[in-house]
Amino acid sequence: MLGSGILKGLAETAKNFVGSYIDESGLTTIEYPDERQTLAENTRQFPFLVFDGDDAMKGLRCVSCQICEKECPPQCIFIVKSKDKKPDHVGKPQFYPATFDIDLSVCMSCQICVEVCPFEAIKMDTEFELSTSDRFGQLLLHKGQLAKPNSHFQEIHPTDAAVSDAALAADKAKAEAKAAADAKAKAEAGIPRPLASSPEAVTIPPALGPPNLPM
Amino acid sequence: MSVATESPAPRNYEVVPKTSPEGSELDGELLEVAMGPQHPSTHGVFRMDVVLDGETVVKLKPVFGYLHRNHEKIAENTSYLGSMPYTDRLDYFCSLTNNWAYALAVEKLAGLQVPERAEFIRVITAELTRLQNHTSVCGFLLQDMGALGTPLMYAFREREKILDLFESLTGARMMCNYMRFGGCRCDLPPGWLDRVRKIVGDFPQFLDSYEALLNTNEILLARTQGVGRLPRELAISAGVTGPMLRACGVDYDIRKVDHYGIYDRFEFRIPLGEQGDVYDRYMIRLLEIRESLKILQQALKEVPGGPIIDPKAKLRSFRPKVGEAYGRIEGPKGELGFYLISDGSPNPYRYRVRPPSLINLTILEDMCLGQSVADAVVTLGSVDIVLGEVDR
Repeated sequence: MLGSGILKGLAETAKNFVGSYIDESGLTTIEYPDERQTLAENTRQFPFLVFDGDDAMKGLRCVSCQICEKECPPQCIFIVKSKDKKPDHVGKPQFYPATFDIDLSVCMSCQICVEVCPFEAIKMDTEFELSTSDRFGQLLLHKGQLAKPNSHFQEIHPTDAAVSDAALAADKAKAEAKAAADAKAKAEAGIPRPLASSPEAVTIPPALGPPNLPM
Repeated sequence: MSVATESPAPRNYEVVPKTSPEGSELDGELLEVAMGPQHPSTHGVFRMDVVLDGETVVKLKPVFGYLHRNHEKIAENTSYLGSMPYTDRLDYFCSLTNNWAYALAVEKLAGLQVPERAEFIRVITAELTRLQNHTSVCGFLLQDMGALGTPLMYAFREREKILDLFESLTGARMMCNYMRFGGCRCDLPPGWLDRVRKIVGDFPQFLDSYEALLNTNEILLARTQGVGRLPRELAISAGVTGPMLRACGVDYDIRKVDHYGIYDRFEFRIPLGEQGDVYDRYMIRLLEIRESLKILQQALKEVPGGPIIDPKAKLRSFRPKVGEAYGRIEGPKGELGFYLISDGSPNPYRYRVRPPSLINLTILEDMCLGQSVADAVVTLGSVDIVLGEVDR
């Protein structure tokens, strides 16, 4: 019969329409922003810099090795290496980024910076409401805006954070064991000398002002 | 398979019958219309320069390049790993199959072995990609024919469930950037396979209702049967691949031809059309979804444990040895290939993409000549183009 196919299709739409009143799973949309979905744990949006301790500028894990800057496919990371050094998590003096900027308008959230970082210093955030009204001022994020504590990382990506914390703890234990062995060897050799990792051997820089990169 | 040996005869546009009444003042007047690049039916920034006689298409010139992003040249100046997220943006509906094709080419170049578990994950993600691509493409095609909204929204409802799976696995819904040379980036999150099993189990029910919605609809049959017919010989000699080629009745599927990955372990059939018209292309896609579901059910039964990446694979300072490689897979749109030449440096010397939708688009004129302009829209919809891949 001509038209039976159309009627069959209409029955299908009617089923879907009525079905959403009977079965809750028929309602697939939510009223954003009043309602929010819980994000998947792996969700990635934009990178942030992890720091340990209380002071963001002192505790930054980044040692300014510039691997992420080199590997970043759209080249949205700008790093200026410091002139002096400060101790990292195992107490070894390391450079730190004098400037660390990420251009939000260029970043494509690919996570390659996170993968190539050997120091667990850059991770992906899940914050997605990143729009801003200031096109030139607020889309280039500086070190101060990018730094977030390790507790934030543990909160948003608990599985990844556990792996990364374990790796860092293993590094630290290894370094301490090595330092102890070195100290013992030196004591046996009879040459008293301050350890490289002793706190007075390094200067901790003051918090940095605005970056001096050309825009 | 027979290949056309003679080149097609040159077209004489004068022989197309005129539709304007004889002797009227518009007799013989041709009208040139630029459909696009901002036309709702062109699936993106694509232009069809159509010469019309009345409503009949006399000449059609596809114009593309509005979305050209210099993908190949960027890849030649980026590290091998750095091109991986760019491949997501080729065919943004199927980022995981793009990843796979590129990873396959680099693995051939560098001689990396993919572990068993990673091969299974690749098959599962690629077939899920095919599911969501084919359902939404059918929705888009029906929307082009005037079924505004409803079929597309039903398709998107199901697609959203699959995209949620991708998000929990890879971190992003569309720009997955998941495969790596010699395996995959991260292991499956707990409970992921059960969620896939549930979606694969529920999908046939959705497919039944989706087919009941429009497959026997008289308007759909009138608009698609006999429209945009592509002769089998022309399809072969034009290099058309994917569902478009199979709709012409040519049994050619790279999953069966190349047995890349672990596809030789699964039992599935290749649906073939007869007429090569829009209706066949639509039906082939729906049938392919069912075959993909079969592959998924077989793959989900026996996902092994073990590593997910070749331990020899290096993430930083990756330099394959000098040589060249071509990796190709059966993407949802056709044969997707990546051709790479390495000169031993960290970035490829030459990087070339064989995009299925560009090559399928080149014979658009042959399918549309002599038909009405409304049918040209439907024919374009049935080609299944994504402009990110056409223009690159």
